[in-house]
Amino acid sequence: MTDQTELQYTEEHEWVLVEGDTLTIGITDYAAEKLGDVVYVDLPAAGTAITSGKVVGEIESTKSVGELFAPVDGEVVEANQAVIDAPELVNSDPFGEGWLIKVTAGTLPKLLSHAEYRALVGE
Amino acid sequence: MTDPGTTDTGTTDTGATERRSPLDEVHRAAGASFTDFAGWQMPVRYSSDLAEHHAVREHAGLFDLSHMGEIIVVGPEAAESLDYALAGKLSAIALGQAKYSLLLDRDGGVIDDLVVYRTGEDRYMVVANASNREVVAEELRDRTSPFDTEVFDESDDIALIALQGPDALEVLQQTPGFGMQGPGNDEEDFVTALANLKYYRAIAAEYEGQPVLVARTGYTGEDGFELYVAPDVAARLWDALRETGGPRVVPCGLASRDTLRLEAGMPLYGHELGRDILPVQAGLGRVVALTKEGDFVGRTAIEQGPATDAPVLVGLAAEGRRAARADYEVYDGAGEEATRVGVVTSGALSPTLGHPVAMAFVAPEAAEPGRELFVDVRGTRVAASVVALPFYKRQA
Repeated sequence: MTDQTELQYTEEHEWVLVEGDTLTIGITDYAAEKLGDVVYVDLPAAGTAITSGKVVGEIESTKSVGELFAPVDGEVVEANQAVIDAPELVNSDPFGEGWLIKVTAGTLPKLLSHAEYRALVGE
Repeated sequence: MTDPGTTDTGTTDTGATERRSPLDEVHRAAGASFTDFAGWQMPVRYSSDLAEHHAVREHAGLFDLSHMGEIIVVGPEAAESLDYALAGKLSAIALGQAKYSLLLDRDGGVIDDLVVYRTGEDRYMVVANASNREVVAEELRDRTSPFDTEVFDESDDIALIALQGPDALEVLQQTPGFGMQGPGNDEEDFVTALANLKYYRAIAAEYEGQPVLVARTGYTGEDGFELYVAPDVAARLWDALRETGGPRVVPCGLASRDTLRLEAGMPLYGHELGRDILPVQAGLGRVVALTKEGDFVGRTAIEQGPATDAPVLVGLAAEGRRAARADYEVYDGAGEEATRVGVVTSGALSPTLGHPVAMAFVAPEAAEPGRELFVDVRGTRVAASVVALPFYKRQA
């Protein structure tokens, strides 16, 4: 379980862990809970170039489909195979085992702090 | 992610004032998530859609359906008036019997699907979908006005709890406080009456001295009961059922109710049923009693039937995990040149079967079982076979 206060967030309910020029991206517990039981994830393969604000994947629950937006310009270095095989990890451990993709990026756009994100979702 | 709050449970935002169930506090205490359902704030889930779904298939689930409409039709000509107002022959059902029926408009389209209980020789209770309660009450008032019949919308005075699943009978029998209505009845009579109660039959019972209509009906494809009670009794009854059932009884939200009814091939108003759909298109031709004497609203249009090329409802089964969902388009091939042959009305990854299932309206020539069709799942054509409904049928 990652320390949520050290993560940055998007308004689209994604979290970003910055370690050097590698970013790990997932969706928040708020998003996972709102989605319900996640049963399918579609993630971009390693090597895929991504553009900030564009849809790069899908997170499908029993009842709805959520789109994963790229929070940065960059390139995918790894998609989480564990979550492809067991999509329920998004619900059970959204900030840990349920991470979605790792990307490399040059410059990081302005993201929300933990406090700002929690305020956004009214917590 | 985009708006993660979007759920597809057949909800309609009517813009009406937000209404709350008599069980609202119970649901909040249990940590339910809520959704707007026809102006009502109703539980969409308590813990997990999948856990709730499986609970109903394996043991039992408890649903709050207090938002449904209950309309009483009473009077010496109640039976005749309903024969005219609805598609079924309601005069033919016995006291204590229930019947699935349709309120048709003059063009034969479906205004609502209903369950009608005969609760007295000249008294019926018509259960309407929450979103259609007012239009059903109004139509019934209008259509029964030439008869010696009165119509009362008692929705606000009736709460509805459904206990569904293979353990439902045992749990209900073991719940203390129940008895049959009338003097000299005790819990044992209730237990026996319940065991003998057939599907689509109801008995007049009591819970803690308050009247309860106990019906062996439901919308999940499982054995189960629907309990119609006064709102101020509902919370105590809900708690008692949970306490008696323990881990065998799981409170369930409307999300699991939707996947359960989809697996059972049951139509949902606004998805598989609507004013532009004739019953026969949705596989409900048998619900219209064309052999009954006299006129009924929609008869002429029903006898005329839909156009020969009118779409028909089919089941679709696919492999993998990507579900087709309402409004996705159906094609006769995977390629660019393929023709659009229909549209999905409901779809999900079936929790019980483990593969995607959907209902869709397709052109008659694409409807034969075994036919391979393709659903456009957000830009990807996913193969799906036409299969007979229901997808899931419980073991007798």
